[in-house]
Parts: sequence; structure tokens; C-alpha cells
Amino acid sequence: MSQEQIRGRLRKAPEHFLSHEGMRSSGAAGSSGRRDFMRGAFATALAGAAAPAALAKGNADGDPAILQLPAHSRGLGQPVASNDGYGRPSRYEANVQRRQSPGLTQTPQASVSFAPLQSLFGIVTPSGLHFERHHQGWWDVDPTQHRLMVNGMVKTPSVFTLDEIMRLPSVSRFHFIECGANTAVDWANVAVPTVQYTHGMLSCSEFTGVPLITLLELAGADLKGGKFVLAEGADGSSMTRTIPMGLVTSGEVLVVYGQNGEMLRPENGYPLRLIVPGVQGVSSIKYLRRIELGDQPWAAKDEAIHYVDLMPDGKHRQYSGLQECKSVITTPSGGQVLLDKGFYSISGLAWSGRGKVKAVDVSVDGGRNWRAARMQTPVMSKCLTRFSLDWVWDGKPTVVQSRATDETGFVQPTYAQLRRARGTRSIYHNNAIASWLVQENGEVKNVQLS
Amino acid sequence: MFSFRKGRIALAGAALLALASVWAAPAPQGRSAGFEGIGRPATPAEVKAWDIDVRPDFKGLPPGSGTVLKGQDLWEARCASCHGVFGESNQTFSPLIGGTTADDIKTGRVANLMRTDYPARTTLMKVATVSTLWDYIHRAMPWNEPKSLSADDVYAVTAFLLNLANVVPEDFTLSDKNIAEVQARLPNRNGMTTDHALWPGGEFGNARPDTANKACMSNCADAPPKLSTLPDFARNAHGNLAQQNRLVGAQHGADTSRPEGAQLGDTAVQIAVAAAASSKQSAASPAIALLQKHACTACHAVDSKLIGPAFAEIAQKHAGKADYLVGKIRQGGVGVWGSVPMPAQTLEEADAKVIADWLAAGAAH
Repeated sequence: MSQEQIRGRLRKAPEHFLSHEGMRSSGAAGSSGRRDFMRGAFATALAGAAAPAALAKGNADGDPAILQLPAHSRGLGQPVASNDGYGRPSRYEANVQRRQSPGLTQTPQASVSFAPLQSLFGIVTPSGLHFERHHQGWWDVDPTQHRLMVNGMVKTPSVFTLDEIMRLPSVSRFHFIECGANTAVDWANVAVPTVQYTHGMLSCSEFTGVPLITLLELAGADLKGGKFVLAEGADGSSMTRTIPMGLVTSGEVLVVYGQNGEMLRPENGYPLRLIVPGVQGVSSIKYLRRIELGDQPWAAKDEAIHYVDLMPDGKHRQYSGLQECKSVITTPSGGQVLLDKGFYSISGLAWSGRGKVKAVDVSVDGGRNWRAARMQTPVMSKCLTRFSLDWVWDGKPTVVQSRATDETGFVQPTYAQLRRARGTRSIYHNNAIASWLVQENGEVKNVQLS
Repeated sequence: MFSFRKGRIALAGAALLALASVWAAPAPQGRSAGFEGIGRPATPAEVKAWDIDVRPDFKGLPPGSGTVLKGQDLWEARCASCHGVFGESNQTFSPLIGGTTADDIKTGRVANLMRTDYPARTTLMKVATVSTLWDYIHRAMPWNEPKSLSADDVYAVTAFLLNLANVVPEDFTLSDKNIAEVQARLPNRNGMTTDHALWPGGEFGNARPDTANKACMSNCADAPPKLSTLPDFARNAHGNLAQQNRLVGAQHGADTSRPEGAQLGDTAVQIAVAAAASSKQSAASPAIALLQKHACTACHAVDSKLIGPAFAEIAQKHAGKADYLVGKIRQGGVGVWGSVPMPAQTLEEADAKVIADWLAAGAAH
């Protein structure tokens, strides 16, 4: 039964062109499943050029995908530079989108879209799938009119154009950006079904720009008296955040215009943004217009009213930006279906705001026993690391988990440990070990263990 | 050949020297040597235009003042549509006011934050620095017209909010002179801690991480764990997950539009239509694009009530009345759909007409 359902395998010819699952759907008269299927069958017939009769015949002799040459093997393809000169993903990839989580926010301008981690490979997030978090809507800002001002405790308050910033020697570095509220909805219990919604406020790019310290030095910064940096955006929210000085003087904080080989996308701060590696995404100010050097922190709205972590004693942790070591299995993950027993490569992502990931362990028995996963190179500081583990599924229900350790020796905590320290109301910085239940019917569910 | 090249280099060198003698100027004062020609000094007016931040010690706070009563007028005209007349609304954003007591004003700690059963966390329950309110209202409010309030307006609106929370009396005038006294009455002024390990650097102390897991490798758990998961009725709450996964791969998406099956692969239906279906979406109508452009969608949705009525409701009530709708869009109003006022909108008449025509014709999408 299960084997028959696997596309691409030889199977007995059905009575007509409906497959088994289609026949089951059709039996449920009036269900949306039927409509889905009928549309599916229609589209397949259109796209595949394989007539129903031929499909049936094909099944008798072998795979019709082999026996019936498709149109793309028998015709002339598309010309160069189609799509207005900028390529797009295949239309068959339309399911792979960033998505809003229903009911999470009430206005689409102060909202989030989540990256489809379940469908991504390696460590780089395609720019068009990078998660979005806007506080007052996004803009497509004219780069010729954009300016960056550096003021405060500097000898010469200064203004830089994009032309000038792009004349400076550039660096390109891979870093993750994770929202401080990533996985927030699961603090108290399971709330959403898939890794897109649990962990999708996470993306990773190669960013190109100049170290912020270079611009501060050009303005004659007082690096002895200056203890904090304020970064400010040019959008309606004019987002402001206090930036840790140590990451500025170390050269890690970048003023970037490039992302994955092209300019930043408007949703990600075009034409200029800050990147504060290892710190929650809100600090990587988009549409960056101003840098101020000062001797005290600013308690801006998003470090005094939001992005503060409520502790069990009723106090809020303020200036809590660092993203501690965390990992998650992306395949198999919630909302997916394993089509059969047998071999799978469990794969996922690990990262730490304190540096490199040193090890990732994977459990396929709900945390009783763990095995060291393979870490795919390159392993970089404050960057996603891809890991994988070979696994033969015996068809029995089980829980799969990953647990990362970073180069400081910090081990990703369990939910029980995290809740003991912080309760369940802190919203931000949930880096607990995530668990996926693989059921006997192949469906994977988001679960928490206690 | 060799001597020729050498000659060219010498020539080029001479040309560079000549240019340098003409063009080289001393680096502007304070600017580091190197990277000549990158950046220029900002004028005082430029710094004034952008350097608007206000710190907890009130550095950056411009002089000015505003009364609670003036703040109330501004509030009802500019703020109440999103935040509610008393700052209590939970419809668009988290409520601003509520949950603080006279006792909190004495202690500087909001007692309701210590209760796990208290349902809301309002802005006034959380904020520990009054500068934060002033700074944020000034830079980012109102929602659809940020930076349109004068300094005196911001003092007034801040005073009104503080009055709603009983921090200042009704006849209060907030100003740069007395804002420090107000800070000393803020309900949660003692409610913040920096005693944690989540600030990179030593500015706030160096607390150790608050969890200390060990990387146990075998026989780590004694009893089989208890599992909690989403209830069955939430199965399709995030849409059909089959359409949120790639068509091919080691795993496919579960068809959550159907009840879960018992057999392996029961819900692994092949949904090959997503690509075709999405390509069918035609370009959004010009009206819908304008709704996005002018941020109408911040308060209105097509089929459901947000802060304002659904476009479909408006279309039904005012079918065929495009001219009336142009006026309402541009001038705003109150009373037709309830007590929440719609502020006047600054869009051009031509754009308002496209939207009004679309509404009058039924708000199709």
C-alpha cells in the first residue's frame, strides 16, 4: 500500500488515470480534498502532456515519465534574458514562500513573515526568502538620496553618501540574523505546526559592506569616552537600538549594502543597513541613516517596552540582545510526511551568537541517546552551520531532536532548564531544544516533552 | 619595449604629482588620515534635523510643554483610532494603559508583573523610562504620519497618557523642566535588570549564562517523556501544509485539509497545482495597489473589520456613491461606523477617486 503511493516507482496500472490517493479523495464527495485533487490532476495533465490513456499504458511497461518523452525533450526552450533580465524560481517552487503566521499580528506593516526553513538547503537564505520584520512598513529608498550621518562623541559630525561608502574597501561575511522573538510562540507550549513558524525568523546571508569602526574613525570618534553606539533607521519608525561597543571596536559590526552578491532587498533595508553579528535582528537597523556615539545607553522603545524579557520575579531583562546557541532539525520537521520506511538524512541548522558551533548531537529516541551529527563546512562564527545525520526509520513512532554546543562550551538547553531559569513569559530568546514527533503514519508533528 | 613602459610609468607619476599639488587639501579637522575624499562634515542644521533621540537622562530633550487637556484633543484626533480613546485598545497594538496602581507609583515596581495569571502587559506596566515614551511618540507616531507632531504636541500627548495611568493629575502641564519629577513617579521605574548574560560586552556586568545543559550522550532520560502537541482542531489553522512544502524531496507536506489517516503516507497527497494556481493570480487591481501605497490596509481589510470597517462593508453600504466616498476618504469622519474616528488622509484626489470607484463598484478582489 505505502509503496504504491510513492511517485516514480513502478506500480500497477489503475483502472483509469486516477491514482490511489486520488480515488480516495474522490470518494469523499464535496470535500476540499477532492477539489484539490481534481485541480492537481488537471494541472498535471496540462503540464505533463501525458494523456490519461498513455499514463495507464505506461504503468504497464514502466514509468511513463521515462517512456513518454516530455515536451521539454521534444521542443524548443525559452530564450536567454527572459523574465525582464532577472531570473525567478521555477513555477514548481511556488510553495516555497515566506509566510505570515495567521493571527500573530493585527497589521501587516508591523508584522513578520517567516522563512521556509523546511525547504532550504545549505546555510544561505535566498534573499527573496529572507524573513521580514517591519515595525512601520517597508520602503524602497532611493540610494542616490540616502545619507548616513555619524555624530555624537566625534570630532567632526560627518555625512556619507552611498557612493562614498562603496568607495571604501569592503568586506564580505556570512552571518545569521535571528529575531529575538524567534520561537517565542512556543515558550509555554506547542503553538504552531511547522519549522517555518517556530524558527523561521532566522535567515543567513553573505553581507558586503564596511566595518562601522572605519566610519567612526573617519569622523574622529572618541573611542575612550564613547561607550555605546546608537543606530537609527530612516523609515517611519526610525528604529533605534543601542549597539554594544565591543562588537564595534572589534570590527564585527558592519554597515552593509550587499546581500548574497547583489544589493540588499528593500524588505531587508535597501540601500544600507547595519549588521550586528550574533545579536537579535532588531539591532541590525535597516535603512540606516544615523550613527551616534555616546556614553550611556538610550532605552529606545524597542529596548525598553519591547525586546525586554519578563522574568518570574516580575523584572524585565533589559539590553538582552545576544542570541545564545541554538539548533533545529529542518527535515524531517513538523507538517511534513515521511513517504516510506527506510533511509533518511536528518538535516538541520545550528548557530550561536557567541561564535562558532563546535558540535551538534542528534537524538532519534526522544532524548535518551544522542549521536554526533556531521557538520557541513564551512563552519563560521555567528553564522548558520548545516548538520546532518544518517538515519534508517523503522516505521515506529519516535521523536527527533538536535542539540548544539558552541565554542564557549555552552550547550543548548532543554525546555525544562530554560523554564526553570526564566519561566514561560519572557517571549524573547527561546533557544530550547526542539522536538519533532514522527508518527507511524509518517506525519511529523511539533511536540514538546515533559 | 621595456624602456617605453618605464617611460610611461614615469610620465604617469609626474602627472599624479602635478594633480596632487593642485588638488590636495588638508584633511578636514578631526578626520583621520587616509580614505581622503570619503565623507564631509555635517552642518549644524543637518545634525539638528536628524539628531532627535532623547536619552533616559533627558539628553536631547527639546524645551517645550503641553497640558493633559491639549493632549486629550490630540489623542482623540490622531491616536485614538488605533489605541482606543483611553489607550486601552487591544485591536491593533498591545494596550498602552492599564494594570498599574497607586501603590506601583510609590514602589516603582508593577505588582501585576509578578502575577502569572495577569492577562495583559500594557506599555505603562513595562516602561521604566519616561524618555522612551517621549522619544518614540516624537519619532514614530502617529502610525501613518510619523514625525508630524511638534515638540509641544509630544509633551501634551505624553502628559495625557501619563494622566490616563494616574501618574499626573488632569490639570498637569508636562515640560522639560518637570519631566524628571514625572520619571520619579513612573510605575515600573525600578522594574528593569541588566543582570543577565545577553549583552555582548562588559558594560552591564558579566553574568554567566542562566542555563547549563550537559551534552549527555547515552541513557540520558529515565522515563519515556510525556508529549504535548497541537489539538486536532488546529490541524489546518496555518493553511494546508502540503502547499507549504516543496513538491519533491525526502519529505512532502502533510495534506492538512483532510483528517489525518492511519496508514503510512495517507496524507502524502501530491499537490502539483500550487505553481499553476499561483501563476493564475492576475496583477492586483490599481485600487488594491493604492490601498497598499496609502497604508489604508493599516486600518481596513477587504473582508473583515480591523480598526475601520471592511472594504466589503463599505462597498455594500455606499454602493454607487463614489463622490461621497472620495470626500470621506480625504476628509475622514466619525459616526458612520462607530465612535472610532478616521483621520483625514493626504492622498491626491485622483488616487482617492480610483479607490472610491472601486468601493462604489463592489470592492471586488
